[in-house]
Amino acid sequence: MTQPLPMAGTPANVNLAGLAKNDYRGNPSTLCQGCGHNSISNQIISAMYEMNIVPENVVKFSGIGCSSKSPTYFLSRAFGFNGLHGRMPSLATGALFGDHTLKGLGVSGDGDTASIGMGQFKHVIRRNVNMVYIVENNGVYGLTKGQFSATAEKGLSLKHQGSNQYMPVDICMEALASNATFIARSFAGNPKQVKEILKAAMAHKGIAVLDIISPCVTFNNQDNAYHSYSWGKDHEEPLHDISYIAPRSEIILEEELKAGEVREVDMHDGSVIVLKNLEKDYNPTDRFEAIRVLAEAQANNWLATGLIYIETDKPSLTDMHNLVDTPLNRLAEADLRPVREMIDKINALMF
Amino acid sequence: MEKVVNDFSIIVGTKNGSGSSTANNTILRAIFKMGIPVSGKNLFPSNIQGLPTWYSIRANKDGFVARSEEQEIVIAMNPDSFARDLASVAPGGAFYYADDIKQPITRADIAVYPMPVKQIVRGDPNIPSDFRDLVGNMVYVGALAQMIGIDLETIHAALVFHFKGKQKPIDMNFNTIKAAAEWAKTNLEKQDPFYLEPLNKTEGLIMADGNTSAALGSIFGGLQFAAWYPITPASSLAEALNEYLPTLRPRADGKHTYAVVQAEDELAAIGMAIGAGWSGLRAMTSTSGPGLSLMSEYAGLAYYAEVPVVIWDVQRIGPSTGLPTRTSQGDLTFANFIGHGDSESVILLPGGVDECFEFGWRAFDVAEQVQTPVFVLSDLDMGMNQWMSKPFEYPNTPMQRGKVLWEKDLEELKGNWGRYLDKDGDGVTYRTVPGNKHPMSAYFTRGTGHDENARYTEDSAMWLKNMARLKKKHETARKYVPAPVLYTRPDAKVGVIGFGSTEAAILEAVHQLDAEDGIQADFLRVRAIPFTQEVTDFIDNYDQIFVVEMNRDGQMKQILSAEYPEKAGNFKSVAHGDGLPAAAKWVRAGILAKYTSPAKSNGKAKSKAGPAAAGTTPAKKAAKKVSGAKMKTMKSVRKTSATK
Repeated sequence: MTQPLPMAGTPANVNLAGLAKNDYRGNPSTLCQGCGHNSISNQIISAMYEMNIVPENVVKFSGIGCSSKSPTYFLSRAFGFNGLHGRMPSLATGALFGDHTLKGLGVSGDGDTASIGMGQFKHVIRRNVNMVYIVENNGVYGLTKGQFSATAEKGLSLKHQGSNQYMPVDICMEALASNATFIARSFAGNPKQVKEILKAAMAHKGIAVLDIISPCVTFNNQDNAYHSYSWGKDHEEPLHDISYIAPRSEIILEEELKAGEVREVDMHDGSVIVLKNLEKDYNPTDRFEAIRVLAEAQANNWLATGLIYIETDKPSLTDMHNLVDTPLNRLAEADLRPVREMIDKINALMF
Repeated sequence: MEKVVNDFSIIVGTKNGSGSSTANNTILRAIFKMGIPVSGKNLFPSNIQGLPTWYSIRANKDGFVARSEEQEIVIAMNPDSFARDLASVAPGGAFYYADDIKQPITRADIAVYPMPVKQIVRGDPNIPSDFRDLVGNMVYVGALAQMIGIDLETIHAALVFHFKGKQKPIDMNFNTIKAAAEWAKTNLEKQDPFYLEPLNKTEGLIMADGNTSAALGSIFGGLQFAAWYPITPASSLAEALNEYLPTLRPRADGKHTYAVVQAEDELAAIGMAIGAGWSGLRAMTSTSGPGLSLMSEYAGLAYYAEVPVVIWDVQRIGPSTGLPTRTSQGDLTFANFIGHGDSESVILLPGGVDECFEFGWRAFDVAEQVQTPVFVLSDLDMGMNQWMSKPFEYPNTPMQRGKVLWEKDLEELKGNWGRYLDKDGDGVTYRTVPGNKHPMSAYFTRGTGHDENARYTEDSAMWLKNMARLKKKHETARKYVPAPVLYTRPDAKVGVIGFGSTEAAILEAVHQLDAEDGIQADFLRVRAIPFTQEVTDFIDNYDQIFVVEMNRDGQMKQILSAEYPEKAGNFKSVAHGDGLPAAAKWVRAGILAKYTSPAKSNGKAKSKAGPAAAGTTPAKKAAKKVSGAKMKTMKSVRKTSATK
């Protein structure tokens, strides 16, 4: 398929891939009105459109739960597979070997990732599979109507469930412990940041874990609940203003070049993540800083958002396997079946 | 004393982890090299080091190489199993033992040969002290070789093979063997009748284990992706992929056309394999019973999502601990109905290592043609032991990739296609795979609840329609799976059905039934589920059919009874699952126990079209007919003798 080049007369609503925003949409959402997940789906649509990504170059994956239903609500022109509870990572790991030029986009939830999926979550990270792994984190099981998830804070009270007695799982901390090469936390109530982080994650080579606090308006949106809109709005403390700058763009404004105020992360594809400091200078390439900021946020009840940690020079899983340039699923018999003479050599070895 | 030549069993009792496998394989290979049909079975505990373990070797001039339950020669190297080993020698047999074991010899009806193992090993200054125990095993190789007549040259050839030509270990071991043979020649007087003499019955045959064969077959099938998790007895299958892929699929640029991933568990191994199969790769995983349990949910999803994937189950006794290193055919019904909700599986049942190779590549063809998981059920005996076999044959058909649409196909169709639209009426629909850049190529995959265009729906009528199509697809699978193998005898009145690794034991039992009990039986080795027409034809022929299998519940009989309910009364289960490789003794005894002589039975065996030996039984006709068809290239009829 050849993509039409932008030229004079190109409609203003068409991006450099020649696609309109509608080309990035999916079916209408069947989630609740006001669900944080819908906001994230919308930002995925915007981010992909603005990045000029061809939908056929993305493969969507999900597990089971409200969040895992959402891949049908965006990028209907991308392949997708709705797998089993907590086992989206393995599905994606195998599928992305089919064509190593494709980017995976997985959507999971806290129920899907932090309980049954914890093992596969940690292993897809340590293999650095080339995909964005979004955890739409609301602290509650929605589809089964309001049970605690493993990210629910201790002391949270839910209807019919009583008070949660257990310590919560911190998705970013788990990702960091597993040597994730890209970790960010965001808040569905901050769509601009979600979008920029999504773009940066899409540009990242390897696994990008996005822990996005995404309130459940039906079961867990009480003002004092950690995963609610109001708590998030009151307690969000962005680490920086994050912007994603596409490759070969005229990027940096003069006044932002002042030392100490802006930090740039060069991505492998030539794009740049620009992090404008807010109160403090935060270095997301420093692992110890990342641990500290996550621990401080936990201790002080902050919702620390932004790019927590990044390493841009690690090989992805398919890099490690040194695959041929042609996607494996386009190889023909001549590439795959050993020649006839080899059978005698093999038989000669069988003694 | 009359000589008994080329017809006896040897069992070696050692300690697990003592390095006896080199010695045992050397004996096995040397006998094979002498042209004598032979088998070797490792009967080992779940243990790294210390527990008693046995290795059983059977040499038989007539080609009956199933494990024998009688051991004419016993070699005892382990004090812990000494008394038991001594008791197990057949009357008139021979007992070799390491003379540092100071335990009473309580038998007078056998020949007894003490071997000065430590003395011989210490006598060689070239053996480092930490190698003495390992090399000590070579003493029984040498003594045995001298006493029963194994040619030392063939032993040397076996060592060269085993140590891949490395001179130092070859010399160290061979010197010990020679010293032991020399010692035996001088000091032991032959008091038993058992001898080996060269034959010409293994010429052109190979010796291989089923796991290696399966891996090689998969590679010749164009394997692109394998995910696995370590489990006995399946691990060596994936390890063989890693060993042979670089050699068999080399490229000038050093890049890979495949990937093998050791997953974190079987839940992930199957998930990865299904992901890869979905994205258009020839994908597989290999496991055993416990792993198959973990894989069941994803396998069930793959049935509904219609994803081609190959799952090797090298069966063992399970679950959990107990007899995990013992062989079994206990996963058959589980594999057949795997997954929740309605499901039925396509299962291939290799009967030897050549078929492990063949089904290695063929399973990919079937999986991609039917777009469903294909289970290949082997077992520990076949997977891990060395089996004599016909050589591997190069695949006789090009790779069958099934119904996959690429960009140019979609352009021709103007994007007009439906993932679950049964265009050809065979239940198998067209699919696209990720990476296809046509704007109409993509679809969203889920298990249940989709219409013909893969759109979400919970509509009951659509669900029923889809379920009916899946059923039809299973019918279509019958034409892609291998036909059974039929062994006939003149005037056979009863039938025997078996599958997998029991073939040698059944052939021997059927021979004994004929020679000693006056019962003639035709034997059909089933090689796939769903059953093909040949199985139906065979079942129609007899009013007594003995279904032989290595489990307790008669799982194949259960499946046959469900498939042929009107014939269910004719099936008689001969099920025996003791964890040991099949032996003719229990097969024959089981058949005799349930056999009803025609005079006593209500109905007579149905008359056949003519003498079976002339090859005119309806079953044979059908088999021949189908074997000429496009997908059926396998020989469906073999001679009754186990070797040729």
